[in-house]
Amino acid sequence: MTDLPERRAIHRAAVGIGLYAGAFGLTFGAVSVGSGLSLGQTLTLSLLMFTGASQFAFVGVVAAGGSPLAAVAPALLLGLRNAFYGVGLAPVLRPRGLRRLATAHLVIDETTAMSLAQPQPRARRYAFWATGLALFPLWLVGTLVGALLGQAVDLSAYGLDAAGPAVFLALLWPGLRTRLARLVAVGGAAVGFVLVPLVPAGVPVIAAALVAVVAGMLAPIVPHPPAQPAGAPS
Amino acid sequence: MTALWVAVVVAAVGAYLTKLVGLSLPESVLHHPRVQRVAGLLPVAMLSALVVVQLVDGGRRYAVDWHTAAGVGVGVVALLLRRGFLVVFAVAILSTALLRFFLPS
Repeated sequence: MTDLPERRAIHRAAVGIGLYAGAFGLTFGAVSVGSGLSLGQTLTLSLLMFTGASQFAFVGVVAAGGSPLAAVAPALLLGLRNAFYGVGLAPVLRPRGLRRLATAHLVIDETTAMSLAQPQPRARRYAFWATGLALFPLWLVGTLVGALLGQAVDLSAYGLDAAGPAVFLALLWPGLRTRLARLVAVGGAAVGFVLVPLVPAGVPVIAAALVAVVAGMLAPIVPHPPAQPAGAPS
Repeated sequence: MTALWVAVVVAAVGAYLTKLVGLSLPESVLHHPRVQRVAGLLPVAMLSALVVVQLVDGGRRYAVDWHTAAGVGVGVVALLLRRGFLVVFAVAILSTALLRFFLPS
């Protein structure tokens, strides 16, 4: 990897994303132990699941008193987008053998956005790894610090209950560019709202996913610019 | 292992396998326009439901904490002003905390 002109700019952006991940992870750690997960469970999510929105969704269901298994489906459904990122990244990264196992773990919003933002293939590969390797350790350290803080003091008094909804909103926002997306957002919110008193925690969000399936299958296909990964840092 | 541990491990392994499958599939498999569109809309529907549900869910009944709702409202203002991710959730948390401190219900 010599004379890559974009290298310095990529490093700078990767460090920035890493720092943001640290702060984001800190919030996750605190929210997670506040939701009733242990330190070990919280760290396991950040280490193995390693996809922020799914982690917040998972602990949100646990906090709402849902059965732990009801927390699995929303987390997995939200994580489906990573499969589609992987399809787009595979020709860029061309992972083979055991390396594929490590590469897969880092396929998330931020690495995909950073990678695909680069103009040429070598820079795309470099940006993927630089972002992933800056982000993952800081995400873990952030989670650990946040979880320890959350165990020491009751952080709900400090406004941490706004973290979940704020995170979801910020991730949602860039996805609202088309009219269809805005309609689906309203539909999903309405389904979720109506079902809150009727079904166990976790189910309203799964039911909302059906709005996306129905709208995506039925609405006429119109040409529009390719979707950007949700939550791409601005 | 408690049920919560089982759920943590199943969800975590499942999320990892999802990434691995995406990276391993031939590009043509998920290339259908409608499949792509459903995939793009899934997080939109679920994230917006999550915002609303987390704001109103009081355990099988509606319960809204106005401090939290107002704090998230401030987050929306930050989004409208095109602020980044960190700013949005920092102002949401901070305003909720300040409101709760100065105007306890």
